[in-house]
Order: sequence, then structure tokens, then C-alpha cells
Amino acid sequence: MINFQYARAADVADAVRQIAGDPTAKFIAGGTNLIDLMKEDVERPSRLIDISRLPLKSVEETADGGLRIGALVPNSDLAYHPLVERRYPLLASAVLAGASAQLRNMASTGGNLLQRTRCYYFYDTATPCNKRAPGSGCAARYGLNRIHAILGTSEACIATHPSDMCVALAALEAKVHVAGASGERVIAFADFHRLPADTPERDTNLGADEIIVAVELPGRGFAAHYSYLKIRDRLSYAFALVSVAAALELDGDTIKEARLALGGVAHKPWRDQAAEAALRGQPAKRDAFARAADAILRDARGFEHNTFKIELARRAIVRALSQAAAGAPQSQSNKKIR
Amino acid sequence: MARTRRKRPSGETISTPEKITVTLTVNGVARELAVAPWVTLLDALRDRLGLTGTKKGCDHGQCGACTVLVDGRRINSCMTFAVMQDGAEVTTVEGLAHNGALHPVQQAFIDHDAFQCGACTSGQICSAVALLSEGRAKTVDDIRELMSGNLCRCGAYPNIVAAIRQAMERGQP
Repeated sequence: MINFQYARAADVADAVRQIAGDPTAKFIAGGTNLIDLMKEDVERPSRLIDISRLPLKSVEETADGGLRIGALVPNSDLAYHPLVERRYPLLASAVLAGASAQLRNMASTGGNLLQRTRCYYFYDTATPCNKRAPGSGCAARYGLNRIHAILGTSEACIATHPSDMCVALAALEAKVHVAGASGERVIAFADFHRLPADTPERDTNLGADEIIVAVELPGRGFAAHYSYLKIRDRLSYAFALVSVAAALELDGDTIKEARLALGGVAHKPWRDQAAEAALRGQPAKRDAFARAADAILRDARGFEHNTFKIELARRAIVRALSQAAAGAPQSQSNKKIR
Repeated sequence: MARTRRKRPSGETISTPEKITVTLTVNGVARELAVAPWVTLLDALRDRLGLTGTKKGCDHGQCGACTVLVDGRRINSCMTFAVMQDGAEVTTVEGLAHNGALHPVQQAFIDHDAFQCGACTSGQICSAVALLSEGRAKTVDDIRELMSGNLCRCGAYPNIVAAIRQAMERGQP
């Protein structure tokens, strides 16, 4: 880890002022990803601006029946917040599927959105990586790519986004509130993260002088019919090979509204409105779920070691939608998949 | 400490900051120390305050050996800088016993032979103490899931779960 300067931000405006004045500085909140990357010499900030004491730690109801989650609300507080548990159990479930109790106590809501990939080659400074060192090449494409993406990849990068929380936020159509030197703006969740294309060094559309201040959930929470199903190499404390956030609104046995987002398969949480449209008006049955899986995976393409993810995703989607329809979401404690 | 100048491997010269004075209340005692910004809470506890009960396992937040309680919440002390914790109350494994009596979780680990080499044990115990105070674990599955941030390479998991069950069933003092 390189040496660095340390400063605290007095308020959001001060944080923005400090980051705008120093392009080699970085914000630190929970630190659970940034400090790890600094120890690996992947991140080399000249200065850390500590935003962890800013007053962005509340969860508030919005006028239109949604929730506004402060950017510094720790993951554990979010997952166990009574309003989140009751109205957005898909989000609570996804958060509890990720990391460990210790890390969830530290990690912030905004920081979760800004997690970097866990691609081995991004971490290994001895290998080429277009995300870490633009233009150096991609070692994963012809390397050990078992954990890598099957959707939305580019010649430059086949990394995945590691978050579970973000998969649920994508399905719930959250909005990201950010503040910057030129004021505040709101970014739709689908537009927050980027596909790699030829600029994989940019994970998100957050500006260099911007800070996330809140994540807003719309009123619709799909609390009756949801499931977050995460498939990984061990039962807990591992990143997803494939994860599925499924949410349905039913009218009897007919699907009124559907949300489907995938984790572990792309550079961003993967949501496909065509697959959701294919579910609307259909009976909440296996055939419809399988057609939705085919639709969302229609452009999936595997590499040497990860082709298994396509069929794994197909089955996980059908299972998660079946769990959602039955009102029997996947437990994040007893991992038996029913 | 005087401001010094150092060279990065790239050859670029940067000025290193002066040490920053932080106050931590560790196991009930206020401790003031001057640390550089890059000193983790773990290193501050072990190397500056001599509290070596907290272990450095992976140093990357993956094993849980460094688990301590900060303001009552369990965290990985390797994944935070001491300067960020200025003013915090820290409890390490050294601070769990009271008046010579082991904490019920410590006693349960002994009763159930819940360790072999011991490298993960102080992290396991601090984590379990927090798990009990969080009150979220009701079943053995819950214990396993909510303790998954603490690895034991000896594989003492069945006895660790049994120890935590005992402490859970007997309740907190």
C-alpha cells in the first residue's frame, strides 16, 4: 500500500469541493473494497477523503410511498430496517446474500454500488487488465474465466459486477441521487452502471467530481412475490456465479407485472425489459418462466471456462420465478433450494 | 513527527503527512495514539497498543480472524484505518472477561473444545459475542450463516456452532 494523505469531509459540499480539487483523491466510506484494493496496489490514491461521518445515514419515507436510503446507511442496517424488511424484502434478501456480517456492518449503500470487479486479473498487477491499466489487454478473455461474464462483454473486458444488492436495486428500479460541482442529479439505476465496451476502466456514469448521496426506492416493492436466488461455489460468503432477483405481481395465476435481473453474469446488473414483457399477462407457470429465461439469455455467450453459466442461469431463473410465484422466497439462511 | 518526503516506486516524490492523533477507547480505557493514515485499526491494536489477542489472518477481510467490536458492532479491523475510528469504542478479545470471569462465549468455547490451533478463535469469539447481541440468529442454520465471515482452517465448525448454541440458550448475563 502506498502512503497517502487523509482528510475528513465536513459536509457534502466540502466533499465535492475536495474531490474536484484533486483528481488523484478518493472518497472512503466503509472501506471494505477500497482498502483491499489499496493493499493490492490496484488503487493508489494520493489522498483519502473520509466521508463516513457525513449525515447520510437515515432511511426516510418519500412522498410517493417509496424510501430514500442515505448513501452511508450500512448494508446490515439496510437489510434489517423494518420498512425494508416489510416492503422491500427482495432488497433485504439480496443484501444478506452478500459478504459477511462483519463486512455488512462496515460497507455502505453508496459504496456497494461502486464496488469494483473481483476478476482475478484486475487484482493481479502482474497481468494485463484494461480495467486497471487501460490499453494493456485482457488476461481473462483467454485465461481462467470461470467466474466471468456471459452477457454484454466486449473485446476489452469480460469482468462482472460483484454486488448482490445492486441486482435487487435494478429489479426494483431504484434511482441514484448524486451531488456534484454542478449541482444534484438523479440517475436511473439502469443507467448508473456501464457495460465495458472500449472503456472498461469506467464502471459507472458517476462523474469524477460527484458523490452518491442517496438511493431511492419507488413505492412498488413486490413484497408478496419475490425471490433472490444466489448460486455460488460455497454456501455463504462467496460471490455469485449466477444470481437472480425475481419479483412478480399476480392477479390470481396471471402475471400482472414482472421484474427479472441477473447478477454474476455481466459488467452490470443485467435486466431485460423484453423478458419481463414476455411474462406479463401470462400464467405464472414454468413454461412462461422458461420463455423469459430464453429471452433474457438470448445473446449469452460463454468463454472457455464459463459456458456452464448459461444453463445455470436458465435454471436459476425458472427456479427463482417459481419461488416468487409460490410466495416461497429463497432463504438466505437455510440454503436448500426448493 | 516532521513532514518528510518519500519516493513512490514510480519515482514521483510525495510528501507524507504528519501522524494524526486519534483517541480510541479500547476495552474501556481511553488510549491516545499518533498514527500515520495508512495504519489499520488491526495494526494499531496489535503493534501500537500491544493487544495481540486480535489476529492478523488474511489482512484482506476474508477470514475474520481480526474481528473486533467497534461501538458494539463486529467489524474486520484489517479493513479500516485507525484514523477513521477516532473517538470509537473498541472491544477486543482481551476486553470480554469481567472481574476474572470469562465471557459466557469464551467459557462455551472451552466447554465445547471449539478450537484447535486457536488462530481464528479470538475472531470467532468476538464475532459470536456480536451475533448474540444482534439477536438475529434463531436456528443452527442462522448461526452458520451469520458466522460465515469467520473461517476456521482446522475445521472446528461443529464445536464452534455448539458453543454458540450453548451461549445463546443460556442467554446473555
